[in-house]
Amino acid sequence: MTQPSDDYDAAARVALFQRGRAVYDKWCAPAHDPIADHPGTAALAAKYGGEKPPALLDRDDLTAERIREVVRGGVSVMPFFRKTEISDADLEALIAFLTDKGPA
Amino acid sequence: MDAPLPPAVDRAAFEAALDAFAGVVGHEWVFRSHEDVALYRDAYSPAWGEAEELLPSAAIAPATVEEVQAIVRLANTHQVPLYPISTGKNLAYGGSAPAQSGTVVLDLKRMNRIIEVNEKQGYCLVEPGVSYYDLYAYLQENGIKLWIDVPDPGWGSVIGNALDKGSGYTTPQFRAHFDAHCGMEVVLADGEVLRTGTGGVPGSKTWQSFKMGLGPVIDGLFVHSNYGIVTKMGFWLMPEPEAYLEGIVDFQHFDDLIPLIDEWSYLENSRIISGYPDFQSPIFGTPGMSGMVDMLCDGPGQPDAEYLALMARGAEPEDYEPYALAHGIPFWRMRFVYYGPKRVIAEQWAYTQQRYRAAVPDVRFADGDSYDFPIDRDMAKQLKNAPLLGVPNMKTFSLGARAAWNPAEPSRGHAWTTLLLPHDGRELIKANRILNKALKDAGIFSGFTFNTPFNNWERVLKFVVIFQISQDPEENRKLREAMPKIFAIAAENGWAEYRTHTMFQDALRSTYAFNDHVVPRFHDRLKDALDPNGILAPGRYGIFPRHMRKEKGA
Repeated sequence: MTQPSDDYDAAARVALFQRGRAVYDKWCAPAHDPIADHPGTAALAAKYGGEKPPALLDRDDLTAERIREVVRGGVSVMPFFRKTEISDADLEALIAFLTDKGPA
Repeated sequence: MDAPLPPAVDRAAFEAALDAFAGVVGHEWVFRSHEDVALYRDAYSPAWGEAEELLPSAAIAPATVEEVQAIVRLANTHQVPLYPISTGKNLAYGGSAPAQSGTVVLDLKRMNRIIEVNEKQGYCLVEPGVSYYDLYAYLQENGIKLWIDVPDPGWGSVIGNALDKGSGYTTPQFRAHFDAHCGMEVVLADGEVLRTGTGGVPGSKTWQSFKMGLGPVIDGLFVHSNYGIVTKMGFWLMPEPEAYLEGIVDFQHFDDLIPLIDEWSYLENSRIISGYPDFQSPIFGTPGMSGMVDMLCDGPGQPDAEYLALMARGAEPEDYEPYALAHGIPFWRMRFVYYGPKRVIAEQWAYTQQRYRAAVPDVRFADGDSYDFPIDRDMAKQLKNAPLLGVPNMKTFSLGARAAWNPAEPSRGHAWTTLLLPHDGRELIKANRILNKALKDAGIFSGFTFNTPFNNWERVLKFVVIFQISQDPEENRKLREAMPKIFAIAAENGWAEYRTHTMFQDALRSTYAFNDHVVPRFHDRLKDALDPNGILAPGRYGIFPRHMRKEKGA
């Protein structure tokens, strides 16, 4: 598992974060970037009505469990992703990127 | 969901086949666990979780043509059928799930090389796993001044979309994605590799430049079919134009529909209009392509009491004209797009106005968006109508999603039917009358008082009916019953449909009934000759191998 911890190697963490960003850019950004008419952003704006930010990049409450659930289970019109698209290792990197907003 | 087995294959034989496949691609790329196989379900299935849902048994992901060949040979040995997918993003048409339950999905996503882009001659050669986003990024990063033509969602496969008769939004020769291809490489059902066109000549230098080759042209056999697995495909690409211009034409009267379409036929067939003709009706609130995202995000406008009264009494479309005139709301609106040198497209727009002014004296004109190229990538990301500029996006996924204006539960996806009408306003009026009634009778909400067409294909009008996939099985059952009825009613009126979800492909095939269904029977004869063991995608577009046709009682 790749949850950062105090003794986590800094270089590995940067590499993981960068891989996660690449996964986000390829698979999530087209729907979830902070642009109002992107479909994921628009749907989450409607869902949370201002209680939470609509763009994934602005969220600080995303958990590893929820990200796994949505990527592998889909939600509403968002389909799930196969492992030839987002591998298990890619998914862990994505989780690191979305739950840990950047190497310190 | 329990993963089914292929027909007439027992568990031990199936596991032995998967082990054999793993010998080719490695265990890592054979997906057989419940959790991994479930990712190959059709996320937009109109029978999600019900007995009728089409389900895969397993999936294999090869990385090379040689691996595909080896798998196909093993599939023959083990009598285990394969369902090839490129990227599996064919949502609304079956997604990554097979046309017959129990088939093993052959996932070509890992074959994702852009083999060649020739900027001067304007073509590319790609593998099935290459998405529109991938190809767009490659052109941008390498500073290649070529455009791609993208369908609504940009994450699909360039090859997969063409093989599924997909279309896009630039000029007619490019937006018909199969027509824009040039040269294929195909693994046949016996594992042999074939190249079409002049690719038949070893070392041919025109495989991506000349489509016909020698003898019968066979590329079309691999579209909507199960005769081979396409592993490479060439596409012609459009040079980036100097500029883009949009011209808006507003019509005040219901009857203007007839000259509107007649003049458009002339202008498009003469290539005066080079881009996508977007058709809207301001009075009925149909957004066309360019108003779709705003409507999905912001909702339809709020009608006043007078308009609501027209709706309440079930007024005919033409009855809205006095209201439209009194409120200055155009009845019809065309947005024409022109690509090319600025001086040329300004003249083309001027000529368009001249033709319409002569045909419909009180027509009105306005200039729409204009762009000079190149535009930078940040601007490209913000484009409202990115596909008109060959830029991939995902905005169509607001369809059925949660929206601030709509308190309804979001859908679980959608399905379409796209009926082909001749390029004639009278037929559009007739189709609205007949099909809107048929939908109403089937309990399906058709959306608009008058459905305006989408126009990706030149020379026909696409009459699109959108069905939302529900969380409620009862609603989905209504959809499943309505779809074949709509096909039949349309066919009675001479309106063919050419593409549908895997669940309805058999029903649609039955409408191709000329001379005792000679075309479907011809497809079956080809199947028997090319894939006697029936190991490629049984059931795709209603084509089954002989032994399964008997089971079906055909």
